[in-house]
Amino acid sequence: MDCDICGKKAKVHLTQLVGGEIKKVALCDNCAKEKGVTDPTGFALAEMLLGKTPEKPAVPVPLSSGPTRACPNCGFTLDDLRRIRRFGCAECYTIFREEALQMIRGMHKGTKHCGKVPEGLMELHERAQRLEELRGRLDQAISAENYEEAAGLRDEIRQIEVAATPGKD
Amino acid sequence: MMRFSTLIKNPADWMTGEGADNAIVLTSRIRLARNLRDQAFPGWAKKDQRRRALEIMRPAVEALPCMKDAFSQELDDLTSVQKQVMVERHLISREHAARGEGSAAVIERRQSVALMLNEEDHLRMQSIRPGMALREAYETLAAIDGELEGELDLAFDPELGYLTTCPTNLGTGLRASAMLHLPALVLSDQIGQVLQAVNKIGLAVRGLYGEGTESLGNLFQISNQSTLGESEETILRRLERVITQVSTHERNARDKLLEDDPEMVSDKIGRAYGVLRHAWIIDSKEALNHLSLLRLGGDLGFLPEDTVKTCDALLMDIQPAHLQLHSGRKLSPEERDSIRAEIVRARLQTLEPPDIRSIRKKDVSSDPDPDLL
Repeated sequence: MDCDICGKKAKVHLTQLVGGEIKKVALCDNCAKEKGVTDPTGFALAEMLLGKTPEKPAVPVPLSSGPTRACPNCGFTLDDLRRIRRFGCAECYTIFREEALQMIRGMHKGTKHCGKVPEGLMELHERAQRLEELRGRLDQAISAENYEEAAGLRDEIRQIEVAATPGKD
Repeated sequence: MMRFSTLIKNPADWMTGEGADNAIVLTSRIRLARNLRDQAFPGWAKKDQRRRALEIMRPAVEALPCMKDAFSQELDDLTSVQKQVMVERHLISREHAARGEGSAAVIERRQSVALMLNEEDHLRMQSIRPGMALREAYETLAAIDGELEGELDLAFDPELGYLTTCPTNLGTGLRASAMLHLPALVLSDQIGQVLQAVNKIGLAVRGLYGEGTESLGNLFQISNQSTLGESEETILRRLERVITQVSTHERNARDKLLEDDPEMVSDKIGRAYGVLRHAWIIDSKEALNHLSLLRLGGDLGFLPEDTVKTCDALLMDIQPAHLQLHSGRKLSPEERDSIRAEIVRARLQTLEPPDIRSIRKKDVSSDPDPDLL
């Protein structure tokens, strides 16, 4: 899948329910970083990325909207979920979020993932933090007219950005 | 590419406890469940979608360093006996064997790492080691998972972790389990109590072949049930602690049986020896139960130490599909029972009768001098 903004290979995939509607966004490393969506728990993605303000708050999804509610990715319906107690695809976990959360209540030791995070996400997260720190220092160096340090910082930032460009390897 | 016959020819190190203490904990196994982000899960996917998912995954899996010259087959290309043999060896699950088009198994040459493609989840990866080695098995699989992550777009949710077909596997997707041989806890009627305690801390106890199977040959599988809300480290640590405790109980129960009732133990092991050496017709259940006692005899010094290894190899080889593979034809249950007896007799041919006196001697030497009493 390609980045929705620049068309490069997408590394970050975000799905969110906004006013009962699904918003899917795919981004490459750079655009994800630029948009500041490296924090996987960040909300209001569609709003932030697609420049739209949802008319309704993002939370309420009608739970009892009947068996017709279906996953747009795989066609799985609420009825299917009730029948087989399993999900049709990854996207179903967004569409049937409330049901999923109900199902897992009492099933596990907790309801929030505390384990391993895929390498890519971690790296992206760490890289974004590092860049943020460097940019802050760069701003400071510029306002202090410390151009030598600023040049060094700019090189470092550029290096990280270049390394992050997908398709280079 | 490796052929089925080559894969199956030799037992894996974990099947015979090579290089490990497997007297009580036979094997340690880790399983990770992973799915592709964009593809429908295998149970819901249509044939062409399953095939597409397989096409995405297979090259990445086959390119893994550990899968160099590995066994890699679509299940459709295997006979039902071949699939059943793999189930008996714990290389694929019963569910996987039942799946048709678009499902595949990629198995490392030593059979210690096996990946099921399009099982209930797109990817079910397992690593097995002999003895108590959950940590080692996990490290192996974590490295493989890391390599695959770079190649495949995996379904992950910050809140729910790795997304799986069944919500019982959400989060870490990690199932860690160990196979334990607990004859002394069974003989001393403590097993119920121990297993209840294990259950109470949220761990599952199952029979030889996983979910819904009965315990045969005093073999029990202990595994975690919860996969979400705790780190892999926490899950592994709890399981290690419990398994170590259960093995200690079993060890103590073995010592106590020898001390309190050496005659009963000698009788059980002696009878098992007698039946296995001289039976001409023996079904799976009877064979497993006697082999279990013979195995105990090996551990307690009634029989040479390598008896344990002989028993472990037999546990694998006397199963129905293994017998059919061995004979190269379909066998009726009656034929299986005779061939099973024949194989057992042949393997135990040179095994001397249990040495009851050596146990007595051991008892005396550890007791105070009888003249002093």
